[in-house]
Amino acid sequence: MLKSRWSGLFFQLIALVLSLTVVSLILLSIGASPLNAFSNMLTGSVGSTRKIAEVLVSFVPLLLVTAGLLITFSAGLWNIGVEGQIVLGAIASVWVFRIFIDSTLPPSLIIFLSFLGGMFGGALWAALTGLLKTFGGVNEIFGGLGLNFVANALTLYLIFGAWKREGVASMSGTEPLPDSFSLDQLGELRISPTALIVAILAIVFVYFVLNGTYFGLKLKAVGKNFRAAYLLGIPTWQYSMYSFLICGALAGIAGAVQVAAVYHRLIPSISSGYGYLGLMVAMLINYQAIWAIPVAFFFAALNIGSIQLPIVMQLDSSLSGVLQGILVLFVLLVEGFRQKFIKRSSQT
Amino acid sequence: MRKIFSRFVTALALTILIVLSACGPTAPVVPSGGGGSSGGTDSTEVPELPDVSVPSGGSGGSGSGEPFVFGMLLVGPYNDGGWSQAHYEAGKYVEEKYGASMVYLDKVNPADRPGTTPDQLAEELVAQGAQLVIFNSDDMKDASTTFAKANPDVFVIMASGDQVWEDGKVYQQIPNLMNIMGRMEYGKMLAGCAAAVSSETGKIGYLGPLINDETRRLTASAYLGAKHCWEQAGNDPADLEFKVTWIGFWFNIPGFTLDPVQVSQDFYTTGYDVVISGIDNSVNLPEAQKLTAEGTPVLAVAYDYINACDVAPEVCLGVPYFNWGPEYLKAIQSAAEGSWQSQFIWVGPDWADINNPDTSSIGFVKGNALSAEGATIVDALAADLASGLNLWTGPINLQDGTPYLADGEVASDQQVWYLPQLLEGMEGLSAAE
Repeated sequence: MLKSRWSGLFFQLIALVLSLTVVSLILLSIGASPLNAFSNMLTGSVGSTRKIAEVLVSFVPLLLVTAGLLITFSAGLWNIGVEGQIVLGAIASVWVFRIFIDSTLPPSLIIFLSFLGGMFGGALWAALTGLLKTFGGVNEIFGGLGLNFVANALTLYLIFGAWKREGVASMSGTEPLPDSFSLDQLGELRISPTALIVAILAIVFVYFVLNGTYFGLKLKAVGKNFRAAYLLGIPTWQYSMYSFLICGALAGIAGAVQVAAVYHRLIPSISSGYGYLGLMVAMLINYQAIWAIPVAFFFAALNIGSIQLPIVMQLDSSLSGVLQGILVLFVLLVEGFRQKFIKRSSQT
Repeated sequence: MRKIFSRFVTALALTILIVLSACGPTAPVVPSGGGGSSGGTDSTEVPELPDVSVPSGGSGGSGSGEPFVFGMLLVGPYNDGGWSQAHYEAGKYVEEKYGASMVYLDKVNPADRPGTTPDQLAEELVAQGAQLVIFNSDDMKDASTTFAKANPDVFVIMASGDQVWEDGKVYQQIPNLMNIMGRMEYGKMLAGCAAAVSSETGKIGYLGPLINDETRRLTASAYLGAKHCWEQAGNDPADLEFKVTWIGFWFNIPGFTLDPVQVSQDFYTTGYDVVISGIDNSVNLPEAQKLTAEGTPVLAVAYDYINACDVAPEVCLGVPYFNWGPEYLKAIQSAAEGSWQSQFIWVGPDWADINNPDTSSIGFVKGNALSAEGATIVDALAADLASGLNLWTGPINLQDGTPYLADGEVASDQQVWYLPQLLEGMEGLSAAE
């Protein structure tokens, strides 16, 4: 019974209830009403069309990153460097915009090129992590983390140096790009339908690759057992590199979206932490692409909904981060217990 | 199991990372600001009202039905003891004096509110009923323009900006937007003066935020005040050293800016016995207090917030502060009562009493560490400024030696606001390298 899909869902529901309970206790301990807080977060995220659009703005890069991470996770890789890959995607896309800033080409073509640039930038950064792992023996967690710092340093260098605003040296970012370089918007709403379509296509692509292709099957084989896959004739390190490249490219698109749809310039924290959040989403859905859309939407809704907390209740909005983290922890904890029971019951 | 355990540990680490990054910098924020003083009198530029419709305003303030609701976006924590707190308390002042009601959101910067933009957050305040939104930082200047244009029926105050200054470099007609700034140049002159008369070594450090027009002119004003009083006290001008170190933003963002505490310490341990804060808070004060307690007596000048000296009064020489209340009150009242005008307001102190909370937009409070003798010189400078002394009078050269003001020439408002470099005699970067 414990092995069934339903029991898995049941245990995850327990995890959800437990995490809500813990957050409620935290709220109660500071004298705030949990019900009030949750209802504010709910109305603040899906209470109106405009709010849903804001959630989608956050959902798009998160889904793109999650899609990429599903590939690297399938290959058994912890691509913590995804943050830096988003940043490099953003840098590369701004670079493309700067090249074409006075061009007479149609803006939509330039935006398309900036997306290609973003993909290339992200993939390049991921490839560095891959190369470090494959040829330098540097674990991808450490290599990726190191490259995240380098990516941040590069951003700061560009903002304070090569791409600085005239007469200004501020972390505020580079000169805003012309309005024509902005992605389309849905009427008055901030969400870009193009970006949304790209993100959905990305997750569909990843789902298809992982579940419907030999490539995906081999990737999973590499992830499950590197040595066995090698012995079966799969070019293992090449497959690891492919997964890094795909993930980096998708993260790079997320960076390009942050530039063309949200910030319209390069700013220091252009990745908005979506890389780390994407890792959480991927872990929470146990690496199954099918769940990526609802869970990424849920996390994005928490991010946007939590803005109400400081405005309406004078609470710190980092509470949403606490809830997200606790949720993932409980899901893993509960899953651990379930596995233990399964093991025990199969032994008896 | 092992896999799950490793995932658990990773998730825990990520959670801590995300929560920490969401908590962001606890340091304060300070903003933009300063005002320059050219003619020695307050000057408020009121461009002609553009022939464009402006929002119709709310339903009056005190007395008439529903209170007028205004929103405020603060770049730093509302209780930063600096720039943002000065704004927050001005909002409270308007609530009290006018019966209006404030909704606010603090820590509005990309590090603290990842994935959001100030114009988006302003809409959240409008959703809470705000009919007017105050953007409190130079960091939000572009976003305030975007928001004002996208929401012509909402009034916008962009503090420290110059978008609607007709004589400014970036003038735009935005009927529902107003710029407000205090002429902090005067406050900074007094701050520089207090530092100069108290320094034993003649070496003054200036904790600079980021480099832009505002910070250049304010830092230069502090230098002019320091130089003036240094000479008044009978010292050789050549012996005065004034060095600026820029941290990169209005307050500390770990990993992105220099740590202002570290910068203060570096100043103090290299012979600079007074450090003037130019950032959004006064973290130089506790550092000065610590070093003094350890046997190295040093001093500090705070910034932005009237009570900023309170954290370490025994080392505080004083604080030049913003008092946004009176101008916010006028602006909000005009919005509520239908007399709103898009204008650029750059207002100086009320020289009759620069610390009058109802009339003076900037002030200066002397600190406990300022000697009686020093206080006399600072008071004398304040009196001279009140009676027309203008330290922005030539000859003044830019940092690279280029003449800026000829002998006897008085700087125009534009020359002060848009000061292109630091001044000759100042050490530190004038622009990004």
